[in-house]
Amino acid sequence: MTLLVGIAGIGLLGPGLAGWAQAAPVLAGQAPYAPAPLTPPAPTLLPPTERRRTGPSVRLALAVAAEAVQDSGAPPEELDTVFASSNGEGQVITSILEALHTPDGAISPTQFHNSVHNAAAGYWGIAVGSSRPSVSLGGYDGVFATGLLHAAAQVVAGGEKVLFVAHDVPLPPPLGALRPTSESFALALVLAPGGARRGALRIEPCELPAPAAPTLPPGLGTLHDGNPVARALPLLSALAAGRHGGMLLPMLDDASLSVTVLG
Amino acid sequence: MRPLRITAITATSAMGTGLAAMHETLASRRAGLAPCDLPGMPDGVWVGRVREAEALQPPAPLAAFACRNTRLAELALRQDGFMEAVAAAVARHGAGRIAVVLGTSTSGIEETEQAWARRGQDGALPPYDFARTHDLHALPRYVRARLGLRGPCIPISTACTSGARAFLDAATLIAAGVADAAIVGGADTLCRLTLHGFASLELLAKGPTRPCAEDRDGISIGEAAAFALLERAGPEDAGRIGLLGVGASSDGHHMSSPHPEGLGAVTAMRAALDSAGIAPAAIDYVNMHGTGTRANDAMEDRAIARLFGDAVPCSSTKGWTGHTLGASGALEAAVAAVCIQAGLVPGCLGLARPDPSFVSGVVVENRATRVDRALSNSFGFGGSNCALVIGRIP
Repeated sequence: MTLLVGIAGIGLLGPGLAGWAQAAPVLAGQAPYAPAPLTPPAPTLLPPTERRRTGPSVRLALAVAAEAVQDSGAPPEELDTVFASSNGEGQVITSILEALHTPDGAISPTQFHNSVHNAAAGYWGIAVGSSRPSVSLGGYDGVFATGLLHAAAQVVAGGEKVLFVAHDVPLPPPLGALRPTSESFALALVLAPGGARRGALRIEPCELPAPAAPTLPPGLGTLHDGNPVARALPLLSALAAGRHGGMLLPMLDDASLSVTVLG
Repeated sequence: MRPLRITAITATSAMGTGLAAMHETLASRRAGLAPCDLPGMPDGVWVGRVREAEALQPPAPLAAFACRNTRLAELALRQDGFMEAVAAAVARHGAGRIAVVLGTSTSGIEETEQAWARRGQDGALPPYDFARTHDLHALPRYVRARLGLRGPCIPISTACTSGARAFLDAATLIAAGVADAAIVGGADTLCRLTLHGFASLELLAKGPTRPCAEDRDGISIGEAAAFALLERAGPEDAGRIGLLGVGASSDGHHMSSPHPEGLGAVTAMRAALDSAGIAPAAIDYVNMHGTGTRANDAMEDRAIARLFGDAVPCSSTKGWTGHTLGASGALEAAVAAVCIQAGLVPGCLGLARPDPSFVSGVVVENRATRVDRALSNSFGFGGSNCALVIGRIP
């Protein structure tokens, strides 16, 4: 079964990719890619006490979500949300694991509630005052395609716009050696029934693996391979260039997501 | 929503291995909690541990998935004819049309906790299979491979609503036509992160948890794996047990404290009733989230009373199993199915009367009564709320 969804808004942040307006010419191959260190911005939508508690993965998620929602013009508190992340807030998990192995084994209560995979979704709900349903999911190297499939299914089943946010940052040592992620990257799409101003997608699961090295503008291969959410780059590149056509995005060892960019 | 048939369902927890054991422990009011004797855990707490799973190994081709969470999932999959029912569904729909949507909060992090204690002088972890144990994807990947499925594979992690959300999210995939059937449920296992985490919030009970008691003093943590096979219901399925309604909401209030008036809980329950197309009076039993903390149970009592007054019997079954976190929504969906099948409303364990300040219909003794539709609540950190209506398909 094929899913048809429109893209009503886009937000993204990555090294040298500071929002959709700046990044689009780079992703389209019309401007050179110049990687630059990325500092996840403090989430000004949150009250200061909550703001201080957020880690880099949550901060990236909130920043791209805010950009995509603004781009779409939709009221943020009216959108159901789908958050996707492979690594979650690794900094929090690592400090808890560290604390568990100290002599008294005591961990911080704030860190504990921030360790849940739906921390970004929880902070987003607080930031925009939303009571709309929200789901958070993982998916390892297939996390972007898994989240996109789920969010698109939700748009088709519910007939309403959905905010889809995918975010990942490197895991600190020593976990980083077992799950290497070299870059930070986050992306948000406001998906809508039918077509929308940023284009439309035809989506369906495919029982073939995705190609390991898709064609991308020069320099973006490192980012693509260095962050599970950046497996979205072939799609972003096609959207930025206005290039119609299909691609397979990695989802599982034996399966991928077939995504076609429509006019 | 269009009802989905629950073609097969199974659960393994401190209530026992499989649903016959669950029914027997519910009917005999025999709790499964015991003092915690796992190493490195907070002092003096009780847990709902499943010892039978600990020696189990996954079949050889999937040996890399071995971890506490996989072992418990494997034990659960072997019960109640579940694997046979899935094989029959594969023959009906094809392996590529069956999705796997499973909830977990901590997956196989216990493997990392063990590895952490064996770090080298330089702090490096010894080698182990992070992707197939610690990672959230490990659980649904294992179950998908174990059952020979080829459809979408989605790990849901919304803290303590994960197992309930899996039912809702699979219903979405089926409604959108992405799948014709889904394996749903969840698994979460005892680990130091969650026990010490709830200890840091001073939310662990000193003895076995006693949800809805006036002097309740917190949570006992448990472990569980529960799975269901969902398919579209046809006219021939009238009277069989199915998923009739799903509802969810966010509090948008605080990361770890529920909204004091339970607004998010009310919204989720109302959405589940609307989704099932029924009025509150059509519910025969509410299985509460009922963790045994002072704040959760008080909030949930008010939220239930807003919709049901004191007219519908409600209880928490966490006195039997402990709070099984990301598996609890799936485990309690199985409890609902057993209660409907057996005509049983289980009363909360370990208390002579509910908290006198409560205004909903909390019951503390078992009742033999017809149950056609049960509402099952789950609430979690991050302000996540989810409610399911499990009942006889009209």
